[in-house]
Amino acid sequence: MELLGHYNYWVFAVALMIGFYAVIARGNLIKKLLGLSIFQSAVFLMYITMDKVEGGTAPIIQPGVPDQIYSNPLPQVLILTAIVVGVSTTALGLAVVVRIKETYGSIEEHEIYEADQPS
Amino acid sequence: MNLTEQLVALQIVVPLLSAPVVALLRPRWLAWAATTAASATAFAIAIAIALGVREGRAFGYQMGSWPAPYGIELAVDPFSAVLLLIITGASTFALLGGRLSVDTQIEQQRQPLFYAAWLLGLAGLAGIAASADAFNIFVFMEISSLASYVLIAGGPDRRALPSVFKYLIMGTVGATFYLIGVGLIYMMTGTLNLADMELRIHEVGDQSPILVAAGFITVGLALKAAVFPLHAWLPNAYTYAPHAVTVFLAACATKVALYILLRFDFVVFQQNLIGHDVKFSYFLMPLAVLAILVASGMAAFERNLKRLLAYSSVAQIGYIMLGASLVNHAGLTASIVHIFNHSLAKGTLFLAVACLAMRLDSLRLDGIAGAARNMPWTMAAFVVGGLSLIGIPGTAGFISKWYLIAAVLGEGPLGFLLVAAIVISSLLAVVYVWRVVETAYFQSPPDGAVPAREAPPEMLILTWTAALLNVYFGFASDLPLSLSSAASALLMGHLP
Amino acid sequence: MNAETAILAALAIPFAGALLIALAGRIDPNLRETATMITAAALIWVVWGLTPEVFAGGRPAVSLVEIVPGIEIAFRVEPLGMLFAALASGLWIVNSLYSIGYMRGNREQHQTRFYALFAVALGATMGIAFSANLLTLFLFYEILTLSTYPLVAHKGDQKTVGSARVYLGMLLATSIGLFLPAVIWTYLIAGTGDFVQGGILEGKLEGPLVGLLLGLFVYGVGKAAVMPVHRWLPAAMVAPTPVSALLHAVAVVKAGVFTITKVIVYVFGIDFLFAQPSSSWLLYAAAFTVIAASVVALRQSNLKRLLAYSTVAQLSYVVMAAAILKPLAEIGAAIHMVAHAFGKITLFFAAGAIYTAAKKTELPELRGIGRRMPWTMTAFTIGALSMIGVPPTGGFVSKWYILAGAFEADNYVAIATIIASTALNAAYFLPIVYMAWFAREDEKTAVQHGEAPFAAVLALTITAALTVGFFFLNGPALELERQVVSGVGS
Repeated sequence: MELLGHYNYWVFAVALMIGFYAVIARGNLIKKLLGLSIFQSAVFLMYITMDKVEGGTAPIIQPGVPDQIYSNPLPQVLILTAIVVGVSTTALGLAVVVRIKETYGSIEEHEIYEADQPS
Repeated sequence: MNLTEQLVALQIVVPLLSAPVVALLRPRWLAWAATTAASATAFAIAIAIALGVREGRAFGYQMGSWPAPYGIELAVDPFSAVLLLIITGASTFALLGGRLSVDTQIEQQRQPLFYAAWLLGLAGLAGIAASADAFNIFVFMEISSLASYVLIAGGPDRRALPSVFKYLIMGTVGATFYLIGVGLIYMMTGTLNLADMELRIHEVGDQSPILVAAGFITVGLALKAAVFPLHAWLPNAYTYAPHAVTVFLAACATKVALYILLRFDFVVFQQNLIGHDVKFSYFLMPLAVLAILVASGMAAFERNLKRLLAYSSVAQIGYIMLGASLVNHAGLTASIVHIFNHSLAKGTLFLAVACLAMRLDSLRLDGIAGAARNMPWTMAAFVVGGLSLIGIPGTAGFISKWYLIAAVLGEGPLGFLLVAAIVISSLLAVVYVWRVVETAYFQSPPDGAVPAREAPPEMLILTWTAALLNVYFGFASDLPLSLSSAASALLMGHLP
Repeated sequence: MNAETAILAALAIPFAGALLIALAGRIDPNLRETATMITAAALIWVVWGLTPEVFAGGRPAVSLVEIVPGIEIAFRVEPLGMLFAALASGLWIVNSLYSIGYMRGNREQHQTRFYALFAVALGATMGIAFSANLLTLFLFYEILTLSTYPLVAHKGDQKTVGSARVYLGMLLATSIGLFLPAVIWTYLIAGTGDFVQGGILEGKLEGPLVGLLLGLFVYGVGKAAVMPVHRWLPAAMVAPTPVSALLHAVAVVKAGVFTITKVIVYVFGIDFLFAQPSSSWLLYAAAFTVIAASVVALRQSNLKRLLAYSTVAQLSYVVMAAAILKPLAEIGAAIHMVAHAFGKITLFFAAGAIYTAAKKTELPELRGIGRRMPWTMTAFTIGALSMIGVPPTGGFVSKWYILAGAFEADNYVAIATIIASTALNAAYFLPIVYMAWFAREDEKTAVQHGEAPFAAVLALTITAALTVGFFFLNGPALELERQVVSGVGS
């Protein structure tokens, strides 16, 4: 079926929206970062899905095997890089959250905001 | 391969490889010196490239000698040459003028790491400008973004932290949007090389994924470029960043995102998507007009000097977008010239702010009251930068305003309305610049304040060099103009 | 010295002089004043040295730098500009003389800054006078605005700064908001902004757009103070009197009406504009300003504010004369610039002398002051007569030409305005003159004082003599301005 055939893309879209929603709607900084990670992972999934060639194997060329079908290796390489970027972003974000906790004593957005308002 | 052919690669490699070395260097002045040397080298290369490009030479580099479109390609055309000049120039000026400022704002033992992050940021920004590969641009964009989060978080005010967090979230969302867009295009064309993409999109039968990709890429980059109303991260990030970092980032960070935005929308999509120019215009022109009006208005009511200038930046991005949204040669030329000239003006202003911050406790307007009495040179440089921002003749800002108004007037009746918007915003610029000038020149210092001294000479020299460049490019505008015009022709050349 | 060098020298001397004054000010006030006088004298020598060539039909020109392809900073001396430059440079030296008396007499602060910026303002004025195209003119126009702002705010207290903000705000806002778009628009449609005999816009622009562009110019040049952009002029009255003289007689407002005349003559071209019905509003706007400002002046009780509104009215005389769009009226406009300059500078010098000697600023206080300050009040009387247009003063000559132009064009609005405003001028100047000479001094508030410092009295005597002299010896100026409309040397 057409709809189910795009099963992976549906997962991508739903995960993307879940992540994005969390980023926007959550006031807790950790939850925001979690949302961000889901958001990014959804995109990784999109790339990995598009490289899959039906019936293809891992992209390792074996000598002597003619007409070998293998998945497109390029998106995988790209996503490897993107994952590294995502991990660094999350790590940096968490480091910032730790320092926010140290200075403000809270990781709730509205409490941080209120702490900076002149009373 | 001789050295000239390697210049483009060196531009990125020099700061990138210096970064880990700098992180290990002690004492801190050595780290600063090495950073500055690397940045100045990159600046020198950028000047060489810009002069070469102006004479019509092409600079390209195949990474690992893999031919494009399969390998990763670096390419410099007039447009990227302008950007490279701005990026490396801003970094060098900020480093030279900001050493003392960094000393007062960053803990001593952390300075080498700070400078290492600086170099990574520089490498990332230069990489974006020089890269001809969509995914490579993403990687460089994230390198520069991560580095700038670190740099901004170094600000001594605790409010820097929530500001960075906001920037990190919005920046990452923007970059991910971009990644989705690139993915969709790759799906349809099978290439990541920009030039190749341009050729292959023709052959795509169903254009709807490309259209979606155009949307994702434009919005994602608009987020990074702080195009109104996606600018929420910018004012606080600029305000609480260390002063030297503000000089660097305010002069070039958003411009680089704008650069890719224009690249994609003009080179890749424009001639392939039917009606893209109209959509682009309809989408961005109202936003640009709102930006120049609303952000200028915000600046006119702002009482914190740095945030005032930050809002002004949002307005100036509006000018750049306005020129681009005309989708013609004159408009794009105005945009690109303004990218260059605004960097000069804003760089000067933030350098002057760094000077003020050396001697004053507060950068709120009441804190700088009467500052001109004790710091006449600093404030005079601020005035020059301010005049350039307003667009008074004899300064660089005038050149871009001239081109922008000329381009807009070519639009017929709509042009008159747009001119009105530009004019109103210029007047608001007069208001916000003059509020600062008047406070500094004619108000008495706050009671009980210790009379400040003039800023240290080395900072003044740099600030004044930048201020004089504003004047120089107000008269000898040949270099930015010829490059911008060539860049604009290049971008528009792809229109039928 | 050839003419090209002379142009550059005329521009460079005031700026170099400003530097010299700033340096000399650190050493000794006398040295500083000497530097001012030497600079002023050098400027006169250079500028007046240019006149013979312009008389003979020469139009020396020099191009400095091309900032954008097709748009350059360039200078070209033509009769209007020559007259303006000769006037400004001539009055500067008299004004400097007066400044020395006034500034010392009132023990003003920051005198070095004052003299240096004064020189910068004069340099900008030379730039405006000699500019060969709209952009150059605009550049120096802005320099003039910016350099006079600290002069207006000289006193530095809250009230002064507030008024100076009005001054700067209005001038900058109108110039950036209206003048600059007009300049760019002109460059776009005409392909050039050069000042050319007969104009550059003929055939490039039609219908209501002509009126619109003219409006952008007229209201963009806020220095010409056509209502409602006249508010800055009364606000700027907080400045020291020599600055007021600079604003009203030497440079600023003259730069405004000069710009408008130049734009009408050399950008639009009077024949082209005459044929465009959409441009006729300018005459009415100017006529309205003449009458309205005169009526407002009638109601003032502060001498300097009265003079300010009188200036607003007189400026619109020039604009109205230019808007009559007939050769005789254009000559009248140029001559009126000169005549008004002589008269108004005398009046301001007198007002400043009264303030310096007696600290009096309000009209009722002036009863019987003529007996204590006969020289000053004689000069004041001459200035007032020139404003009204009574012979034998310069004001009569210019009014004659403007009227002649108005008759030539059968322009009854202009004629009626001139007659009505003459009556109004008489109505607010003559009572002052009468009061000063014939009323009895108020015994209770009487302060013992005589004339102002010698330098000030000398200066106002010179300008009063010039006001009368211009009635008899206006030939050269007229000759020069005839070339504007006859097209000699173009």
